Amino acid sequence: MSASETEQGRMEKLKLRSTLTALGMLPVLVLLAIGFHLLSGRFLSVNNLSIVMQQASINTVLAAGMTFVILTGGIDLSVGSILAASAMVAVMVSLVPDLGMLGIPAAIAAGLACGFLNGAIIAWLKLPPFIVTLGSLTAIRGVARLLGGDTTVFNPDLPFDFIGNGSLFGVPWLAVIAIATIIASWFILKRTVLGTWIYAVGGNSEAARLTGIKVPLVLLFVYSMSGLLSGLGGAMSAARLYAANGLQLGQAYELDAIAAVILGGTSFVGGVGSIWGTLIGALIIAVLSNGLILVGVSDIWQYIIKGLVIIVAVGLDRYRLKGLGRT
Amino acid sequence: MTATTNGQRALLEMRDISKTFGASKALSQVSLAVHSGEVHALMGENGAGKSTLMKILSGAYTADPGGSVLIDGETVTLGDPLKAKAYGIAVIYQELSLAPNLTVAQNMFLGNEPSRFGVADRAEMRRRAEPILKQLGIGFDASRRVAELSLGERQMVEIARALTTNARIIVMDEPTTSLTSRETDRLFDVIARLKADGIAIIYISHRMEEVYQLSDRVSVLRDGAYVGTLDRADLSASKLVSMMVGRDLSSFYKKEHRQVAGERAAVLSVEKIGDGIKVHDCSFEVRAGEVLGIAGLVGSGRTELARLVYGADNRTSGDVMLNGRALAISSPRDALDAGIAYLTEDRKALGLFLDMSISDNINIGVIADDAKAAGMRNFARAQERASHSVKSLSIRTAGTQINVGALSGGNQQKVLLARLLETKPKAIILDEPTRGVDVGAKSEIYRIIDELAQNGIAIVVISSDLPEILGIADRVLVMREGRIAGEVTGSAEAPIEQEAIMALATGSAGHAA
Repeated sequence: MSASETEQGRMEKLKLRSTLTALGMLPVLVLLAIGFHLLSGRFLSVNNLSIVMQQASINTVLAAGMTFVILTGGIDLSVGSILAASAMVAVMVSLVPDLGMLGIPAAIAAGLACGFLNGAIIAWLKLPPFIVTLGSLTAIRGVARLLGGDTTVFNPDLPFDFIGNGSLFGVPWLAVIAIATIIASWFILKRTVLGTWIYAVGGNSEAARLTGIKVPLVLLFVYSMSGLLSGLGGAMSAARLYAANGLQLGQAYELDAIAAVILGGTSFVGGVGSIWGTLIGALIIAVLSNGLILVGVSDIWQYIIKGLVIIVAVGLDRYRLKGLGRT
Repeated sequence: MTATTNGQRALLEMRDISKTFGASKALSQVSLAVHSGEVHALMGENGAGKSTLMKILSGAYTADPGGSVLIDGETVTLGDPLKAKAYGIAVIYQELSLAPNLTVAQNMFLGNEPSRFGVADRAEMRRRAEPILKQLGIGFDASRRVAELSLGERQMVEIARALTTNARIIVMDEPTTSLTSRETDRLFDVIARLKADGIAIIYISHRMEEVYQLSDRVSVLRDGAYVGTLDRADLSASKLVSMMVGRDLSSFYKKEHRQVAGERAAVLSVEKIGDGIKVHDCSFEVRAGEVLGIAGLVGSGRTELARLVYGADNRTSGDVMLNGRALAISSPRDALDAGIAYLTEDRKALGLFLDMSISDNINIGVIADDAKAAGMRNFARAQERASHSVKSLSIRTAGTQINVGALSGGNQQKVLLARLLETKPKAIILDEPTRGVDVGAKSEIYRIIDELAQNGIAIVVISSDLPEILGIADRVLVMREGRIAGEVTGSAEAPIEQEAIMALATGSAGHAA
């Protein structure tokens, strides 16, 4: 009787909530785009959108890796440093005669190795991810500087420069890679056993262990994935610049990646979130950077506005989902 | 029910109270009379309307027109919580509502501080707090910070706070859920003192034992309607349960598997297992189709023993054998692979993935076995398993893709049971399988346990609920201080007696084996 009716009402509310969650920050992205277009008159041009996509792409790739990590309730602060080290490896290998194309797999392998190390320490020594990756943020930055003898390495004839500056059917290669990364991540998270385990570990790691999930292996995977994608980001960055510098490259990139994931609605304590949200989050950050420049806002104010938008957007999101209960 | 008993006028009388939420009727013409100096238990399944009725009493809800509330025989209007308070009604909720950083006295007078020239008068507060604490027989000082107090002591502060506003009717909603047994005893002492002072107590609880021990009368609600009131002299478990569930539960505890069990070979044998801290030298075996109960006081090491067997914690000694073969179990994965499953006592913290769907919660242990090429999920198979479980365990839900957090406690517990059963275990250990579950779901869980036993699974049930363990177990092991203190066996003719178990659990019977 009455109980089942209220039950039905509750279920409908839940459905509405999940639709809202899925929509996430998309309205914010659309509003920002329209707003900047009205203010500048040229935001929504094909040419500018292509630039926005390019600007968003490296952060999108890093944020995809970060999504895996944050879904388990962890954090990876070392992505910027890994990107720098991998970019160094990419440019240095590209200088090897005839084998220059190997710069890409070499960068990815270097990133994977760094991520694996992070993961191994976190999974088996059971140290807190924040501290481990804070350490590797510094250590790997040192390695990146060491690799080039603390100088900038150049390769004006970079064999894979098309990645940084070419297009595939009119879409910049950087954007193609970013979209492919998002689709691959979606596949792993939503279509594989491993993906379900990632959500389970983030949702309740002790319950996951009692269910027979090998939690350390899952953790090892997510940090390796984050490292691998940082390595890919390094290759993309090298391809764009024809150069790499161990000291300057990738500084504070981890913050943009984390911001994209959080803007995308992924729970900071793990277990809840989606890779599409991350994509939207990364696009919001790129749109803000690009739009503020078009509108002519000074560099200093860009920082202030970007920071506030992130806080306000996430605040609105939490308010909207109030009662769903997780942050 | 009459408004007067022994010629005495009821302190509180609720007449024909109804409450409608939108299209659904939460209460329909419920009446209740409570006398001063009485402990009046209010029982019913989850959703029976107990909380709604109490929210009307506390002024949080307004009842539909037509009913009336009388205090001392005079009709009153309880529009809002402040008014209810003024009439001497206080509700002590499950979630305690104290400010941890303030002192006991400050909490007692929160929002009602005695003041001089607009400044809270701490000395006066303490002066007024002390006699109340003394009245309750509370040992701690009024100037202690609430953060330093145990859960049980905090509850005492809540009660003391009610007394500062001269409460005459105190509602306690499941007050013992998070208390230790010693704290529960203290609470019962306090309740006895309140009673002696003429205060009426409305006591909401799922625990039969407490209701027996405390109440003068018990009223039962079902589906928002008043079913009846029993006097202390007429109380019996079967009567209460049948009133709550609405059908006769002469076979509330199922034991049909008994005929099948007989003298089969041991499935799960545990030998001299220990962790060197909380569990020492524990040995037992369970046969196919047998239900072995493990009883003992809280802290006697029952859960720790189960976790050692399951590989959730590391053991320092002992062996676990399944069908006579020693197993090398060092993780839950190993135990599951061997065919041993474990149901945790704390389903929210250690069992469920609250943000995941019912289907994923049921399938999580077997998705790797079902996986297609390249580790891809087999969603069709998962759906099959989930639908089958929902049907066979009668999990009440609108669908299998809904978050498990939306289910009631009993249905969540069945989801966890379903997860265990999907791994096709040969032996299962159920730790407090009916904790926080309403009566209807309880009887269904007992039915499931009985069916599993009939299918030849070896079952261990850990429970603090003695009638439950006596009702479903064939043999009972009793633990005390990390060791097995003894075993009690009964038969259909001579059932196990609670006293025998308590004697072993408390050590008053020596080391009987």
